[in-house]
Amino acid sequence: MSDRQVSVGRLFAQTFKRDLVLAFRRKSELVNPLIFFLIVVTLFPIGVSPEPLFLAELAPGLIWVAALLSTLLSLESLFKADFEDGSLEQLLLSPQPLFMVVLAKVTAHWLMSGLALTLVAPIMAIMLFLPAEGMPGLMLSLLLGTPTLSLIGAIGAALTVGLRRGGVLISLLVLPLYIPVLIFGSSAVQAAITGLPLGGYFALLGALLALALALAPLATGAALRISVSG
Amino acid sequence: MGAELLRAKSLYCERDDRVLFENLDLQLNTGEILQIEGRNGSGKTTLLRILSGLSNNYEGEIFWCGETLGEAKEAFLAELVYIGHQPGVSAQLTAEENLSWQCALHPSLDNSKIGYAIAQVGLKGFEDVPSYQLSAGQKRRIALARLYMSSAKLWILDEPFTAIDKLGVAAKEALMLKHLSQGGSVILTTHQDLSDSMPVRTLSLGKPQTEVAYE
Repeated sequence: MSDRQVSVGRLFAQTFKRDLVLAFRRKSELVNPLIFFLIVVTLFPIGVSPEPLFLAELAPGLIWVAALLSTLLSLESLFKADFEDGSLEQLLLSPQPLFMVVLAKVTAHWLMSGLALTLVAPIMAIMLFLPAEGMPGLMLSLLLGTPTLSLIGAIGAALTVGLRRGGVLISLLVLPLYIPVLIFGSSAVQAAITGLPLGGYFALLGALLALALALAPLATGAALRISVSG
Repeated sequence: MGAELLRAKSLYCERDDRVLFENLDLQLNTGEILQIEGRNGSGKTTLLRILSGLSNNYEGEIFWCGETLGEAKEAFLAELVYIGHQPGVSAQLTAEENLSWQCALHPSLDNSKIGYAIAQVGLKGFEDVPSYQLSAGQKRRIALARLYMSSAKLWILDEPFTAIDKLGVAAKEALMLKHLSQGGSVILTTHQDLSDSMPVRTLSLGKPQTEVAYE
């Protein structure tokens, strides 16, 4: 490997490590999305109906919507602190590819939000009486879908980082792009419950992920430049 | 006089319908310090952000070693240390963690000199303290520690001496002289007077405004 590849690899590793360390030191940001996820899922049976059959029917969509909203909730902090303390300027002045830094940050963010949500989702599913056949579909669809949510969300977070109250605007910008992921994600779980083949849904979710992986960091980088330039 | 590093031709920038500067030409050669002067709000920080390539909110042309900034972006960034208004120090990270991330971002910073740089800015013994527990001056020192590790030619420093004590300023001046002797150059803004031994050229921004007394 050339020196350049080594230094780009090191940049990715260092940024990833830095963001994980930061997330663990700011505990609230780490725990908030999970708590939110938990609250939505526990309150729903209380508010609507504790009937197992009814809940089982609702579970795929409900878990997916809760996961989507809690990812959305965690997005605002993705670049905020870096913007405020000037780290973002340093990041943009690096001669290294911005793509990799953004990708490292989003990966760290996903690990803290999407992956954590995926891991607690089975417990939520049991609380909502999701049939056991639905579990693999749920886990796999979340595993494939939540990285896409983080990647797309990063674009919104980057565009609004310079604004004082960007939270609402992120939702407006990003939600339309989330809808396909939501549809295919929850349909995959439905299909798993009814015993239909899942391959097509996972292929679509995978395609969305591949597309987001290739394009979203570029768009996020450009959005960061605009936000910092303004 | 050294070779030309950075040149700007007829820069124009306005902000909120107020013209900050127009027809601004400047040239920076190796071995020079250019100090940007001006009142608060006269556009010093804006100019530094434009020159460092952070802000595109301007008209005019900027050349790095004879090439336009657009063409030579990568070469330019590889030779730049920019310490902005916000020093780029994460409050939750220690001095060491902050600097090692900076090293990963900027290959011109020497990774092996982190310990040396921390000692030079007087933060030895504070390596493992999260920055939010440090004073404002110490935080700025973490940012300035980058200068001790850098092999970049151009330093752009926005108010580098805010909250830095006299001894610290003297040390930074000595460091700048060394940097100049190695063919580097510096653009800075500061409201403090640099010592007379420094080879400083100044550029004044803003029209001579009449002072309005409200009292």
